[in-house]
Amino acid sequence: MNELQQAVEQSPFAASELASDVDLLFYAMLTVCGFVALGVTVAMLDFCIRYRSGKQVDRTLRLRNLRLPEYIWIGVPLLIFLGFFVWGATLFMRYQQLPPEDALRIHGVGKQWMWKFYHPGGQREINELHIPVDRPVVVVLSSEDVIHSFFVPAFRVKQDAVPGRYTRTAFTASEPGTYRLFCAEFCGLKHSKMRGQVEVMSAQHYAEWLDTREQSPTLAAAGEALFRTKGCSGCHAVDSAVHAPDLRGIYGRIVHLRDGRSLRADVAYLRDSILLPEKDVVAGYQPIMPSFADQLTEEELLKILAFLQDFDERDAP
Amino acid sequence: MTHIAIADQPAEMHHPHSFVTKYIWSQDHKVIAIQYGATAISVGLIALVLSGLMRLQLGFPDTFSFIDPSDYYQYVTMHGMIMVIYLLTALFLGGFGNYLIPLQIGARDMVFPFLNMLSYWFYLLSVLILLASFFVGGGPTGAGWTLYPPQAILRGTPGADMGIVLMLVSLAVFIIAFTMGGLNYVTTILQARTRGMTLMRMPLSVWGIFVATVLGLFAFPALFVSAVMMAFDKLLGTSFFMPAVVSIGETLDYSGGSPVLFQHLFWFFGHPEVYIVALPAFGLVSDVLSTHARKNIFGYRMMVWAIVAIGGLSFIVWAHHMYVSGMNPYFGFFFAFTTLIIAVPTALKVYNWVLTLWQGNIRLTVPMLFAMGFIFTFVHGGLTGIFLGNVTVDLPLSDTYFVVAHFHMVMGVSPVMVLFAAIYHWFPKITGRMFNVTLGKIHFWATFLGTYAIYLPMHYLGFLGVPRRYYAIGNTDFIPDSATALNANITIAAIFVGVVQLIFIVNILWSLFKGKPAGGNPWDATSLEWQTPETPPGHGNWGPRLPTVYRWAYEYSVPGAKQDFVPQNVPPEDVEMEPGAGPYREHTV
Repeated sequence: MNELQQAVEQSPFAASELASDVDLLFYAMLTVCGFVALGVTVAMLDFCIRYRSGKQVDRTLRLRNLRLPEYIWIGVPLLIFLGFFVWGATLFMRYQQLPPEDALRIHGVGKQWMWKFYHPGGQREINELHIPVDRPVVVVLSSEDVIHSFFVPAFRVKQDAVPGRYTRTAFTASEPGTYRLFCAEFCGLKHSKMRGQVEVMSAQHYAEWLDTREQSPTLAAAGEALFRTKGCSGCHAVDSAVHAPDLRGIYGRIVHLRDGRSLRADVAYLRDSILLPEKDVVAGYQPIMPSFADQLTEEELLKILAFLQDFDERDAP
Repeated sequence: MTHIAIADQPAEMHHPHSFVTKYIWSQDHKVIAIQYGATAISVGLIALVLSGLMRLQLGFPDTFSFIDPSDYYQYVTMHGMIMVIYLLTALFLGGFGNYLIPLQIGARDMVFPFLNMLSYWFYLLSVLILLASFFVGGGPTGAGWTLYPPQAILRGTPGADMGIVLMLVSLAVFIIAFTMGGLNYVTTILQARTRGMTLMRMPLSVWGIFVATVLGLFAFPALFVSAVMMAFDKLLGTSFFMPAVVSIGETLDYSGGSPVLFQHLFWFFGHPEVYIVALPAFGLVSDVLSTHARKNIFGYRMMVWAIVAIGGLSFIVWAHHMYVSGMNPYFGFFFAFTTLIIAVPTALKVYNWVLTLWQGNIRLTVPMLFAMGFIFTFVHGGLTGIFLGNVTVDLPLSDTYFVVAHFHMVMGVSPVMVLFAAIYHWFPKITGRMFNVTLGKIHFWATFLGTYAIYLPMHYLGFLGVPRRYYAIGNTDFIPDSATALNANITIAAIFVGVVQLIFIVNILWSLFKGKPAGGNPWDATSLEWQTPETPPGHGNWGPRLPTVYRWAYEYSVPGAKQDFVPQNVPPEDVEMEPGAGPYREHTV
């Protein structure tokens, strides 16, 4: 009894808005599945006992046609599970796909075997993530080497960090506290050492914490500097002699490509355009840009992308 | 000239005489089946030992110093790969497919006996290459059985030099072996059925094996190309699956590849693979249940169409393994939906198995116990799949022990239950001798209850958020004390179940030589393999004349008939009836 009590107390702690909703869905499914399992088990045991060889029972009634019952006991669970599917999809869209505009954007980079996080103000931390409570947070994930997975059980979120692309997850922490952060995708020898913690703090404490961190330029400011030193501005400046697209206000815009495709300029597109410039060439331009794959680290890329994301505000003509 | 497999009076059926041509370079499907079976079970025992070592490390960390993280991940990988490919796939299709197809459809052999022999030898070669990786520098690959790049070929993963290359080569050779065998099974089933054996009279075992083989022929090429492409990435420096990465401080010469492409290719194979194992299991268990319940399988036609439907649908559910990989969420919703749809024919099969027991005359023999054990484990493993199939519920559960418990129940324990049912069921036909029933029953109860002791608590660990593929989860800071005790208990249960399998091995070996003679049809079964003139069946299976089939394979407990079963090859006029019961009428539903 004591053990059971302990187990219940220590059952996974729910500390995000998503968590309690997912748990409700989980328990609803558990109930329905429990009844299905119970039904099959009882029927099996009953038949085993009643119709065991040698027992004198009526075996003459042979049902040839059970169409209607079959439709019912297949159709009803199916409809219930379709309901669960819609329920789950709704939750997913609400919490994962449509985070509000003012969400706090944090970049997370996985590498063997640690997590690095970058706050918008340029603060960095390793294997720890400080976030404010009750504020939507979007973590944009990438990886330097292999696939990792950002997993905070208390928030009920998990998202792979894949080298060569950006992925993201969103959550709103609802309880201040310290929560475990795991890597959930096998990433090599020290996979089980790749853990950290998430500190959820009040907005005020978070602001104070940001101030105590080493003062470094914001991500965007660092990116602007890189934009010059790495030579991007040489071609992408408005008055440049080289015919290259003007990048002011690029983020989020619809871009039309030479091959007739159109896509939205999100971080993944911008990243690809820096590393693999021939992949998506903008209509009206020649594929003359060299690849910067060998010249930028993952961290430098993050900074340049942060700069591009608010390029239009500061450089509006 | 009639093909030898369906020749009525096989004048040219030359019988092998030397030991080598009879037992080693044999072209007889029954010998090849036993070769496949013995090899698969042997390599499966290795995988079983590896799982025991894994559990020792997990249950009692810091106790077994000879298991370091490299070893641990190598055990994980080899255990998974061996169990899925080299044991389950090989034993169901190479073993039972080979043994049962010609016997159940009334053929003398496979239509391509030489190809059949080659198939086995290529399979053996693939096993040897796989095992060789234990002896190369760096050891076997520790990339996990899914072999996800980039880690699979980078230095941070054990066995990233020769180990992974040997694994990829071994898989390629296995697929060649499977293709040779698979084409043979499909052709034999379509072309070599005896007189009267229409498709809709075939036992469900043959249906399951047939559809699974077709799935394999379509799905394995995806694994084959991924293995070749990854080997190129590793050996030739191509970048199919490799983006630009910095591995442990070193910038590597890759760019532009997609690791997620590998996941799509792998699971395009990997999900049908679940059914390549499950469909033969569905078929075999249907025949075992029907025979020992003395009752026709419920809804035969529905069962056949369910197998075909599951086979087709299994190709459009693969990305439900990838909800957290970062693919478009609408894509995920599509696969969540198809996953629910594939549950419909599967649920139908479960209901029909249960209804087969209804009003039966159930003989609780050892094969029957295992078959019913399968229904339990399959229902429980299948239901947890519904949680994982739901995108949102999968977010916290994927890559945790919940997943480990789910797939071990549904595609580890369940197919193994069927394998045991099938081995006990057909052992008397294969060897001519009966196994020891008491040992068989002990084996069943220990295995059945033991597996629940292992996997039920694992669901709870996963619910707590314990990630899988962690070298150490016990005595660490992140699982609650109560769960630590559970974790140790899981290990004790696992070691117990592993050791119990010795009872099975002893029983089989002892019965092989000392078992009571079983007679030709100890279970009073209807299907053709039980009607052979000799037991074990001789070369050519049927003596001078092939059998003729008059009905389906489920003619049990026919009202008014003297015996409670009517074999497929007994002409209607020869069926003995009780006095006053009137003439025999076919009972087929």
